[in-house]
Amino acid sequence: MKKQNRVFTRIFEALIFLFLYAPIFILIIFSFNENRSRTVYEGFTFDWYIKLFQNESILNALWVTLLVSAIAAVVATVAGTFTAVGLYSMRRRTRDAILAVNNIPVINADIITGVSMSLLFVSFFAILNRILGLEIELGFGTLLIAHITFNIPYVILSVLPKLRQLDKNLFEAAQDLGATWIQSFFKVILPEIRPGIVSGLIMAFTLSIDDFVISYFTAGSRVQTLSMEIYAMTKKRISPEINALSTLLFITVLVLLIIINVRQARQEKAAEKKMRALSSDSGSAN
Amino acid sequence: MKKIALLVVAVMLFSLLPACGKSYPNGEVNVYNWGENIDTGIFDDFEKKTGIKVNYKTYQSNEQLYSVLKQGGSSYDVIIPSDYMISRLIDEGMLEKINFDNVPNIANIDSRYLNQAFDPQNEYSVPYTWGVTGIIYNSKTITDEITDWTAMYDPSYSGQILQFDNSRDAFASALFILGYDVNTTDKSQIDEAYQLLKQQKGILQGYYMDEMYDKLEGGEAAIGAYYAGDALLMMENNPDLRFVIPESGSNMFIDAMCIPKGAKNKDNAEAFINYMCETEVCLANMDVTCYATPSKLAYEALPDDVKNNPIMFPSDEVLDKCQIYINLPTEINDYYAKLWTDLKS
Amino acid sequence: MRKKFLSIPYVVWMALFVVTPLVLIVIYAFTASDGSFTVDNISGLGTYANVFGRSLWLAFIATVISLIIGYPFAYILSKESAAMQRITMMLIMLPMWINFILRTYSWMSILENTGLINQLLGKLGILAALGVDYIPLINTDGAVVLGMVYNYLPFMIMPIYSVIIKLDRSVIEAAQDLGANSFNVFFRVIFPLSLPGVLSGITMVFVPSISTFAISKLLGGGKDLLLGDLIEMQFLGGAYNPHLGSALSLVMMVIVMICMYLMNRFGEGEEQAVLL
Repeated sequence: MKKQNRVFTRIFEALIFLFLYAPIFILIIFSFNENRSRTVYEGFTFDWYIKLFQNESILNALWVTLLVSAIAAVVATVAGTFTAVGLYSMRRRTRDAILAVNNIPVINADIITGVSMSLLFVSFFAILNRILGLEIELGFGTLLIAHITFNIPYVILSVLPKLRQLDKNLFEAAQDLGATWIQSFFKVILPEIRPGIVSGLIMAFTLSIDDFVISYFTAGSRVQTLSMEIYAMTKKRISPEINALSTLLFITVLVLLIIINVRQARQEKAAEKKMRALSSDSGSAN
Repeated sequence: MKKIALLVVAVMLFSLLPACGKSYPNGEVNVYNWGENIDTGIFDDFEKKTGIKVNYKTYQSNEQLYSVLKQGGSSYDVIIPSDYMISRLIDEGMLEKINFDNVPNIANIDSRYLNQAFDPQNEYSVPYTWGVTGIIYNSKTITDEITDWTAMYDPSYSGQILQFDNSRDAFASALFILGYDVNTTDKSQIDEAYQLLKQQKGILQGYYMDEMYDKLEGGEAAIGAYYAGDALLMMENNPDLRFVIPESGSNMFIDAMCIPKGAKNKDNAEAFINYMCETEVCLANMDVTCYATPSKLAYEALPDDVKNNPIMFPSDEVLDKCQIYINLPTEINDYYAKLWTDLKS
Repeated sequence: MRKKFLSIPYVVWMALFVVTPLVLIVIYAFTASDGSFTVDNISGLGTYANVFGRSLWLAFIATVISLIIGYPFAYILSKESAAMQRITMMLIMLPMWINFILRTYSWMSILENTGLINQLLGKLGILAALGVDYIPLINTDGAVVLGMVYNYLPFMIMPIYSVIIKLDRSVIEAAQDLGANSFNVFFRVIFPLSLPGVLSGITMVFVPSISTFAISKLLGGGKDLLLGDLIEMQFLGGAYNPHLGSALSLVMMVIVMICMYLMNRFGEGEEQAVLL
């Protein structure tokens, strides 16, 4: 009975992974296809990869995406962490009110966030340009602001719970021992809430990389993120260059994740060893 | 370990930095064009000759171009709308007058494409391509001979039909069947066309623009309404495809280069437009897009078989049956937008 | 550590970039193109009732399917070894790093009339046996739902998994010790306790599903639009009317809020959102 169950769950898991990965593998296979077709495989070629690296607009879009995601994730993490610390020391009612607004970009549909911000930028710039005679328009700046805005809430939501778990006495003890606020923040609080900050940072970066809708409405005419570029490509005659691109993306992320996981596993093993050593030490002492 | 990882990431990022080696002493020009409508290879040549960098982006339809311009917050220096949209943009004060002192190559353009109804004084536009709309079909899967728009409504092709994904062209195909003027402002006639389109929706595979390339070439769909130049390109890739200019009439369009109001690099835009009228450039673009050029010099330089291509350069007899769209009153334009939204909902 | 002022900059930021844009949506929704006040945009939305209905329905189905697949998956996963769990979670998240439009677009190749499934069926002689040239898979509601489930399933699995994994084992053991069979343990103990994860999973699938605009275009043929497509069309698409677009956005926002409110009521005040 148990064994049967196990076979059944394995099949189930395999089916889910087939579902999740079949499209990706198809993208990869057809990136080596000699002709343009997405459904008929003719022969092996590396041409699309070569073409990809000659395609300036794709490389440019990749650069914009990495840049905006990195800056937005870092800024959002710093801002979100400090905000969370501030919120933590607030009265519950004020905090809940702020958190309610903070939740809006999380809950709201992307398209509404994108459209509404685009309305804001466009009307604000129209007024500004008329009064001051400037020529501001949508671009990297507005794209960045939009990304930061939808990233911060996630950072706050992942840092705040860690602050709640914090031992309040810790901070006071540090200050009693003569540490300044800044010292005690960096030496005592920060290490404690670090896991929350790191997961906030990763989440922010992931969301930024994957975002299409909000960028689409706020990037304007001059700047293109990768998602926008790909969307534009699907509207044209489709070139297998985008298959080549997704293959490279897939391999890069896969390698990164493997590295991270191997490291984590190693650290855990080391920690386990230490623990075991410690317990055997205390055992022998008895 | 961490530092090495950071270093690797940093190196990767910088290696991706777009080539900064090239310098463009004369700034840039932002070009916004239809998809599949230019030989992007000419940009290098233009950049070399003028020191102006070309930023290039594409749109799918005149209506989308209008939305993007109207929404604001973006700036383009050269756009290439079709006739009726040019006249709409002129009416709404959204175009700059071109300084023709900077566009001497306008002399290359055949005068029959100048001073058209959409720009009577020819102050705002320089023709880039012209052509007709029609029906593309796969002669392998559709053995009957297609002659008219009615084929687009034939239930026996259900699930195989692709319709224009823009309101003006889609409505025109219905208005032709009904025998009405494509520029009608009579709402009841437009309503009739709407009803026809609504019926058609049931047998359509979908509304598409340049996605049609893939679908028609690959045999995913058997019949679609689209433009002559694109049809020729598709026929190159799939010899089974045919293009017909429908009997009951068709649309003749002129796409022309314009400068939107508030363009930041107007001089560069004019330099670009002028460049696009050079004979070599016209020929290069024609080679890639298969759209007829309005340049008489380029036309003369064409080999005879291209000159006589009945799809690229239809006979006057055929062209007489074609109508040019003109801009409609604001009220009708809004009505079109509403019906188009309703149709798709 | 009383440093309330630390959150003031963000409050200002939110006022500027979260609240003001929404106010603008409301203003646009209640004005005509000449700037005068009107309720026509909102009252005219009746025409699009079917789009609202369709979007809600498809998003609902996608959410239910995601839950039916995602919950057992998360549950099975939570019983695996730690290493297996880590690898599986990694594999679940990995596709999310590849652009979602690319992945959706790949489904086109699979589902098309001349696509891989139809090719396979053709080779196996099934199409001939059925006497058809192809089975229509793409440009159907089913394809759109599939696209939604495919894209948002990880958002269902992750919060459920992260709640189940934190469940107190002793509660489960206590139930077992008290003689509950595994059926009862699951439905009386584990499932109720994992409800917060289920609720945030539902939210994270339902909201993007109801508002998506690329999936229906790629897999649905753009014939029957969803709310997201309709809104996009009014701003950057083929029928410019930001006032109608804003009205649509506003009503969609209200619908989503109502759904969330009802769900949170159902969750009996489990206010803590589980995100990852």
